[in-house]
Amino acid sequence: MFAEFLQFLLSGITIGAIYALAGLGFSIIYNSSHVINFAQGEFIMVGAMSTVALVGTGVPLPVAILIAIVATMLVGLALEKFAIEPARNADVVTLIIITIGASIFLRGVAQVLWGKDFHSLRAFTGDTPINIMGATIVPQSLWVLGVTMVVIIALGWFFSRTLAGKAMLATSYNRLAAQLCGIAVKRVLMLSFGLSAMLGAIGGIVVTPITFTSYEAGIMLGLKGFTAAVLGGLGNGAGAVVGGLIVGVAEAMGAGYISSAYKDAIAFVIILFVLFFMPSGLFGKRATDRV
Amino acid sequence: MLLEINGLTSHYGRIQALRGIDVAVAEGELVALVGANGAGKTTLLRAVSGVQPVTGGSIRFEGQDITRLSPDQRVAKGIMQVPEGRQVFGPLSVEDNLRLGAYRRQGADTAADLKRMYAMFPILEEKRNQAAGTLSGGQQQMLAISRALMANPRLLLLDEPSMGLAPLLVSEIFKAIQMLKDQGTTIFLVEQNAYAALAIADRGYVLETGEIVLADEGRNLLADEKVKQAYLGL
Repeated sequence: MFAEFLQFLLSGITIGAIYALAGLGFSIIYNSSHVINFAQGEFIMVGAMSTVALVGTGVPLPVAILIAIVATMLVGLALEKFAIEPARNADVVTLIIITIGASIFLRGVAQVLWGKDFHSLRAFTGDTPINIMGATIVPQSLWVLGVTMVVIIALGWFFSRTLAGKAMLATSYNRLAAQLCGIAVKRVLMLSFGLSAMLGAIGGIVVTPITFTSYEAGIMLGLKGFTAAVLGGLGNGAGAVVGGLIVGVAEAMGAGYISSAYKDAIAFVIILFVLFFMPSGLFGKRATDRV
Repeated sequence: MLLEINGLTSHYGRIQALRGIDVAVAEGELVALVGANGAGKTTLLRAVSGVQPVTGGSIRFEGQDITRLSPDQRVAKGIMQVPEGRQVFGPLSVEDNLRLGAYRRQGADTAADLKRMYAMFPILEEKRNQAAGTLSGGQQQMLAISRALMANPRLLLLDEPSMGLAPLLVSEIFKAIQMLKDQGTTIFLVEQNAYAALAIADRGYVLETGEIVLADEGRNLLADEKVKQAYLGL
């Protein structure tokens, strides 16, 4: 009984970590541009698929991972430079539609380059399951959790301890004032796309040995990351992490106790619930400004 | 001249907000720009900072044409603006706001500058770790001014620093501006509070519907019949 519950919880947290990383990606770009980047899921896919492709050509795994992360960041920067920036005077809805277009484009390119098959990576450190109080967990899950934790801590440090991070926050709070302080808003925008692409790639790569990947793996991962971000309060970093874990666990519980056929539906029930009943999410912005 | 604006025009869509503005500010001067609501005062300051597009004319700073430079490049040259309505970074701490003022001086030792700001406005030191959004209007204005000063500006642009403040605070803010001028900071001050602004200004300009209609020494403008009637309520 308990072992079963623990099993669902562990797999929920593992996949939830990936949603959290995707949710953070949504939040970072949203903060700097108010754009909801629906190509976030494709960052996850590009990271995973290019790692698979590189490993397939004989590149050692760590090197392949590094190259794939950099390549995904370049994709993110290119998206900003060639699709978002030229349309910077358009309204936000237009920009969002551009990101949807970009996601379809990236899926198409991936399909042409790497085919329609499912791909996997071998686990980073073996496949021997670990037994925890009757539940089993594969070592790769620990990689997912560990890497996610390191990334979240590093991000927290970046935004709370470095001037560059604070400049990004400042730009999201007050664009005009940020410009008047000499912060190059364009560079902040570039940085946010690069950073979000990096988060997506990292998440996609570490989870691939567990979930497999394909050219369209980004759709679901992206939408669930979006659910995580909205649930936590769009633009709230800590909220996105909590939101990701909640979506992951809810999904695993739903699949385990109700039916695995409903697995994907659960995220969408959550997002509808949030949008209807608490549109600013769990940790939505509370106004602190005094006029 | 430190700042030279020649024939500057700017539009909001098809509406012309600035109609050929000529303004000059010399090193060490305090120049006031007064005028009614909607005359274009804020538009002019924003054009100088590069956050409002201009459609004609030129802006020169230290003899260099900066009309096409981006806002951050102008900050790097030493033009800092305290925008209308304070515009502090509400959720960030007071000290973080100040540090961001020195954003273009990365690597510079800002500790001494922070100390200077805290000496000028002790209340900011007291609240250094509080979110800037929780400060009162007057305190936010002090923070906004200090944030701009953290850049060690060659030219300080002040947009309506007295707006929405209680009379006691207004005089405190103007005292601080006077002090900055005495320390040698070059200031271009935009104000609706024409009396207070012209009283401390070396020279003043009167702006009406996008055009400079009067330019003279501060005290002459204070004595000018037209100015008295239109802006001083005398």
